[in-house]
Amino acid sequence: MHDAPLVRLEQVTKIYRMGDVEVGALRGVDFTLERGEFVAVMGASGSGKSTLMQIVGCLDGPTSGRYWLEGRDVSSLGANALAEVRNTTLGFVFQSFNLLARTSAVENVELPMLYAGVGARERRRRALEALDQVGLSSRAHHHPNQLSGGQQQRVAIARAIVGRPRVILADEPTGNLDSQSSVEIMQLFQTLGANGMTVMLVTHEPDIAQFAARVVVMRDGLIKTDTRQTPKAAHAEAAS
Amino acid sequence: MSPFDTLRIAVRALLRNKLRSFLTTLGIIIGVFAVISMVAVGEGAKAQVEKTFASMGSNIIVVLPGTSSRGGAMGGFGSMPTLTWDDLAAIRSEVPTVRSAVAMLSAMAQVQSDEDNWTTRVQGTSPEFLDVRSWKVEAGVFFTQSDVDVGAKVAVLGRTVVDKLYGESADPIGQSVRIKGVPFQIVGVLERKGQSAMGQDNDDTVVVPQSTFQSKIQGGLQKYIPGMIMVSAVDADATKRAQTQMANLLRDRHHIEPGMDDDFSIRNLAEMASAVEAGTAAITSLLASIAAVSLIVGGIGIMNIMLVSVTERTREIGLRMAVGAKPRHILLQFLFESLALSTAGGIVGIAAGVVTASKLGDAFGWTITIRPETVVLAVGFSGLVGVVFGIFPARKASKLQPIAALRYE
Repeated sequence: MHDAPLVRLEQVTKIYRMGDVEVGALRGVDFTLERGEFVAVMGASGSGKSTLMQIVGCLDGPTSGRYWLEGRDVSSLGANALAEVRNTTLGFVFQSFNLLARTSAVENVELPMLYAGVGARERRRRALEALDQVGLSSRAHHHPNQLSGGQQQRVAIARAIVGRPRVILADEPTGNLDSQSSVEIMQLFQTLGANGMTVMLVTHEPDIAQFAARVVVMRDGLIKTDTRQTPKAAHAEAAS
Repeated sequence: MSPFDTLRIAVRALLRNKLRSFLTTLGIIIGVFAVISMVAVGEGAKAQVEKTFASMGSNIIVVLPGTSSRGGAMGGFGSMPTLTWDDLAAIRSEVPTVRSAVAMLSAMAQVQSDEDNWTTRVQGTSPEFLDVRSWKVEAGVFFTQSDVDVGAKVAVLGRTVVDKLYGESADPIGQSVRIKGVPFQIVGVLERKGQSAMGQDNDDTVVVPQSTFQSKIQGGLQKYIPGMIMVSAVDADATKRAQTQMANLLRDRHHIEPGMDDDFSIRNLAEMASAVEAGTAAITSLLASIAAVSLIVGGIGIMNIMLVSVTERTREIGLRMAVGAKPRHILLQFLFESLALSTAGGIVGIAAGVVTASKLGDAFGWTITIRPETVVLAVGFSGLVGVVFGIFPARKASKLQPIAALRYE
């Protein structure tokens, strides 16, 4: 099973019905993601990049095609099984952070473990550890409205990594941030990548994509190019 | 995820909107409050009715003389004397289920002290009166069988008559009272009994030996009983049998052919008591069901707010699902919220209901008892309301698709 790629999509399609019109968001995509990769998925809006991320993230099932996650076919799992897969295997980072309001940073980070059935004391310990990893241990008891955008996104990243997932899926994680904070967030992803975490990032900004080691460009529901590059080091950028 | 965690999340979510949660709960508070206080007041009224009937004597059966029919106009029962002293003796000796039977001779008559006069109901009876009516003398003694045998001119006064003729809290024992101008010696005063179930003042009466009543107050028709016969059965279960047996005995003695109407009437106080109690119970359940309707209205309020809450928190639901919440977790979270709302409302409502009911009890002078079943029922019912009206919004929340919920604006 360890020989299988972390993520393998085979001829995946996704068709949305909008009234009477059928829109093919994905039209037969083959895609693999190996362990430890840092891939940026690019494309104009409507190119299918977000749909690809949702399917890889088990938030939505494909209309047709197969999807193996760690060698396991997850294309036809039910809602409960998918929830479990998301809980144990995947970590999400969203453009709008999606932190629970009026809830402290550490409690936001604890959320996935709540559903994993981790005990209260262990939850707190691991959440503080994750906040430490993103450099926010001093803000553990702040509420989201007391944190800057960059700090909120760090809390969200801590929440994504706290369950020790196989892959982190980040959907436009820098979309709501200024360029300084964006670089800091990318630096954090690079550090996670260096420590062996697989990261899949969706962005429409080439500046952000250059921090990734692999860039997939999508157009009209298909993968147009899939290239490897030498990533730009974010800490150098942050320093300048 | 432990139920405790779910509950904690639910309570925190509710505390985030304190005013809204309170207003939502108010419907349940009012509903439970209404149920508790209405049932308590109803129970109090029922207890009061029971007490009143118990004060009239246990297992009482009343035998009234028959009707007179003159020119087609039927007089009511009691309008013509048909019961004789021999009938009374026969009831005493021949009906085994009768514990005691006593003639209740009565007439309205003027009574006078040296200073005042008053018109009251004078009753002629025997010493068994106290037993049949479950009554006691407060001061002095009741007259004895020998007083009855010799026709002694002795009287036992009710408290109201004492108050009217001799003044409040006076002790008239040994003094003289004139009844229809005839002087009687006061030997005793009856304990205060209050109103009868019919609203009459039980204490507005003078009791004299029946022989004296016949000779000094009644006048004429000595063979008949000018009044009614009060019978007490050996126990409550025997009451019905005693009624039947007496009816057969009297029909036989009065030579009434089968198919003819009785020339007497037998009434059972227990029947009257149960009729009044049934009435009270009906009113109680009516009030309780009106109160229950307000609980349902409260439940609809909860459902309404929960639906708003689910819509408002669609993104939160999406996020929770994205990080691994199963539909069941979301369902339970919202169900616990509505359950917490309704149960908290139930508890506050019970507290308010208990306080109000005891205040009402004090005001009416009733003994208000809040039965544990009522409390358990009220909490259970409010919890049920929470579940019933919470399940729809909670299911709606749990059926959301993660991406649709995350994208919701």
